[in-house]
Amino acid sequence: MAKKGKIEVRIEHCKGCGLCITSCKVDAIALSNAGETNSYGYQYLKMVKDTCTGCTLCAVMCPDQAIDVYRE
Amino acid sequence: MAEKVLMKGNEAIAEAAIRSGLKCYFGYPITPQNEIPAYMAAHLTKKGGTFIQAESEIAAINMVYGASCTGARAMTSSSSPGISLKQEGISYLVGAKLPAVIVNIMRGGPGLGNIAPSQADYFQSVKGGGHGDYRMIVYTPETVQEAADLTMKAFDKADEYRNPVLILGDAILGQMMEPLIFKEPSGRTFDKSSWKLGNRKDRPSHLINSLSLSEGVVEEWNWELKKKFDLMTEKEMMVEEYLTDDADLVFVAYGTSARICRAVVNQSRKEGYKTGLIRPITVWPFPSDVISKCTRKTKDFFVVEMSLGQMIEDVKLAVLGRASIHFHGRPGGGIPAEPDIMKQLKEIMKK
Amino acid sequence: MKKVYERNNIALDMPSPYCPGCGHGIIHRMVMDAIKEVGQADNTIFMAPVGCSILAYTYLDLDVCQPAHGRTPAAATGVKRALPDSLVVLYQGDGDLAAIGTAEIVHAVNRGENITAVFVNNAIYGMTGGQMAPTTLEGQRATTCPEGRNPMLGQGYPIRVCELLQSLRGLYYAERTSVHDAKNVLKTRKAIKKGIENQMAKKGFSFIEVLSPCPVNWGMTPRKALEYVEKEMAAYYPLGEFKVDGKIV
Repeated sequence: MAKKGKIEVRIEHCKGCGLCITSCKVDAIALSNAGETNSYGYQYLKMVKDTCTGCTLCAVMCPDQAIDVYRE
Repeated sequence: MAEKVLMKGNEAIAEAAIRSGLKCYFGYPITPQNEIPAYMAAHLTKKGGTFIQAESEIAAINMVYGASCTGARAMTSSSSPGISLKQEGISYLVGAKLPAVIVNIMRGGPGLGNIAPSQADYFQSVKGGGHGDYRMIVYTPETVQEAADLTMKAFDKADEYRNPVLILGDAILGQMMEPLIFKEPSGRTFDKSSWKLGNRKDRPSHLINSLSLSEGVVEEWNWELKKKFDLMTEKEMMVEEYLTDDADLVFVAYGTSARICRAVVNQSRKEGYKTGLIRPITVWPFPSDVISKCTRKTKDFFVVEMSLGQMIEDVKLAVLGRASIHFHGRPGGGIPAEPDIMKQLKEIMKK
Repeated sequence: MKKVYERNNIALDMPSPYCPGCGHGIIHRMVMDAIKEVGQADNTIFMAPVGCSILAYTYLDLDVCQPAHGRTPAAATGVKRALPDSLVVLYQGDGDLAAIGTAEIVHAVNRGENITAVFVNNAIYGMTGGQMAPTTLEGQRATTCPEGRNPMLGQGYPIRVCELLQSLRGLYYAERTSVHDAKNVLKTRKAIKKGIENQMAKKGFSFIEVLSPCPVNWGMTPRKALEYVEKEMAAYYPLGEFKVDGKIV
């Protein structure tokens, strides 16, 4: 069975580019809804499903070092 | 006692630089300064220093920029067209507050010109050949001995002010051989630990740059630079006054032109003309006050340059209409001849 | 749960100074990771270019030297010769390295300077607002080739820099990588680390070209820009090693 994982997002560092989302194989992450932005006006990354395996690839793709990854 | 040696000006500059603790020299071939890189290749490397024949003058000045960032004493040399190529780098050195010594052994221009002696890079040297508001000390040695002495001084002043220093000579100074005695370097040491790069331990990171896009920062830093330029103006001006006390006419000339004028002064005094010479040793800072004071007793100034007339503009600013200014200039590698100057002098004195 | 990936603290605690989806942020991270893995942060001198990534100095907690446009390899030479035991990392964009600074990079490589160069190829001038770069692809639009780059109009061909430098004997190691997906980002990190290890072992010049997206100046979404890197750029600029241990691959 796949390991369980989770991410923590530094919301103020996220620019909502979504490169992380292209690397997620389990559809665990998405951007916040329009209107739901950080103080710079960017939509930001959120966990939307409990399927995260802690593979770290989203953080590897992040140009802004906004993601920390945890794993069991 | 130090030994008297016979050397070319170019070699004396190179040797003086090595004795001053030069660590890195970067250059590119161009006549009439080729003895400097050749001397460095033969002697600096033996002392554990670095010599690189760069791919261009542009690369050479930027290698100086890099080496200076680490706190090492660094130097480049060239001649007029090559110095034009270094102007961007000189502006950056001032902007990033980096010490460096640059030698220009001037030749005829504009363009590729020729390889004969010239003083046509005066504007470029003292009015800022590169972009932006900047100044640097410009030494203009008259003899091989003085070339060596001022080279040693240049390294100290570059470090003291964190600013490039220019040594401005010409093909005659570079090529002629004269006896000289190398003085002991000052031995002054400069603490660069607050800004130099590398070997970081328990200190904040250092940045060497000349960019800031934040509003007002560059203006503020220009005001800071101005304080430094003002201090140089106050403290670093060097001038020689030769027989000016009783002079009816005073020559103003630097470097090789001053050498020629000195001979004219000596000869004309034998013939009964009271002449003297003001010789700027630094053309920036310019000895404006010395010339200005001289207008109280002298009503004729005679500027001699190996150009169409560049320093004469600074003489005019110092005289401010209080005396007549005469000029003898030879551009494009021409050398002022004593008899020609003497003839012109006699015509002036007749009036 | 255990933390398995965290921010590299060589970067200051701030968002990167670049546009959303810009490859520089990813590549900076890979450089930082490589430096940290070899334990050389205190010994590193980061040589910034002129271009977008000049802003590295606002973001990286490293000693940084920022010379004139294109002259970074010459300045890096000066730094390294004066401090041979320091780790000198040269970071340049395509305008800086392959246009205005062509002479400087060629000769720094040719001398075999013992430094590590990271060349970010995003096929555009970013900082100045999207002009044609020496590496802009044929047909790719930029503000100074609004109809798309056309070599037949005298706009020149996109320069393949790894191939250009490959024949120089001073080049010890060269690899072209990409950041269009996580697998390739990790390959990029590996290549940069290898380049840095080469320098520490005094092997000579290491050159890592990284294909990178510039969504804003390409007029694409960040995701589309990644696709463009993968499908268009990597097709013209083949990924892989060009020189290993001083030998042409």
